[in-house]
Amino acid sequence: MRARPLSPHLSIYRFMYTMALSIAHRIAGVALSIGLLLFAYWLMAAASGEQAYAAALGLLSTPVVKIMLAGWLLAFVYHLCNGIRHLTWDAGIGLEKHEARRSATVTLVVTVLLFALLAYLAFLAGSAS
Amino acid sequence: MSAADKPGAGKGASLRSPLSRALGHGSAKDGVGHWWLQRVTSVALVPLTVWFVFALVTLPSLEYAVVRSWLASGWTPVFAVLLVLVTCHHSVSGVQVVIEDYVHEKSLKVAALLLSQFVHALLAVACVFAIAKIAFQAVA
Repeated sequence: MRARPLSPHLSIYRFMYTMALSIAHRIAGVALSIGLLLFAYWLMAAASGEQAYAAALGLLSTPVVKIMLAGWLLAFVYHLCNGIRHLTWDAGIGLEKHEARRSATVTLVVTVLLFALLAYLAFLAGSAS
Repeated sequence: MSAADKPGAGKGASLRSPLSRALGHGSAKDGVGHWWLQRVTSVALVPLTVWFVFALVTLPSLEYAVVRSWLASGWTPVFAVLLVLVTCHHSVSGVQVVIEDYVHEKSLKVAALLLSQFVHALLAVACVFAIAKIAFQAVA
């Protein structure tokens, strides 16, 4: 059978910044899925006992992993905000081009603010400081 | 082939050609279910993840005793189990769509889908087991 065109056919569109938000949603989602591995490791360590948990905490507090944790926090906040944007589209709201561009800006601003708040709470004032 | 697919069955003849049925292309009739469950899990994850992340980062520390007593207290383990199950479902269906969109080589695609499903099942069971163990050990 002749090869049929398959979704997503990206090459036929002129680039718009809303497309960057769309692909970033997927990248953040996949990153969060990978982060589940570390989350499960942390939970299992907490369930296994004090020694296992100390080892996990040692790994989590290395600078490289701390930067990765900040990345996952950013991915979570962005996927949350943009996910809510997607849900409003599913409800049939905000589908016009100018509305989608405005909601893109709102999503980015809220993402930055919420990420700053959570990063401050986690790394400067809170549990991971 | 279901009864409804047979030519002349039901209210009218099937509009699908015998060739399209034999090749098995087209709707497998559960596409909407997948799409809908992604939305249901999305809506559920908004309060669940916001609660969990805020609770986690505002703990006094991430030390062993602090984390364990938090995870074992009140409704926390119940909502934590709910969070883990909904998250794993959302994650496996999201990864599935990504694999289906970008991996076109069939054997590689099937292998990637199987790996994703097995790993997600393992993660879900491990997390539920861990939360339950922490909660029940605190009671004993």
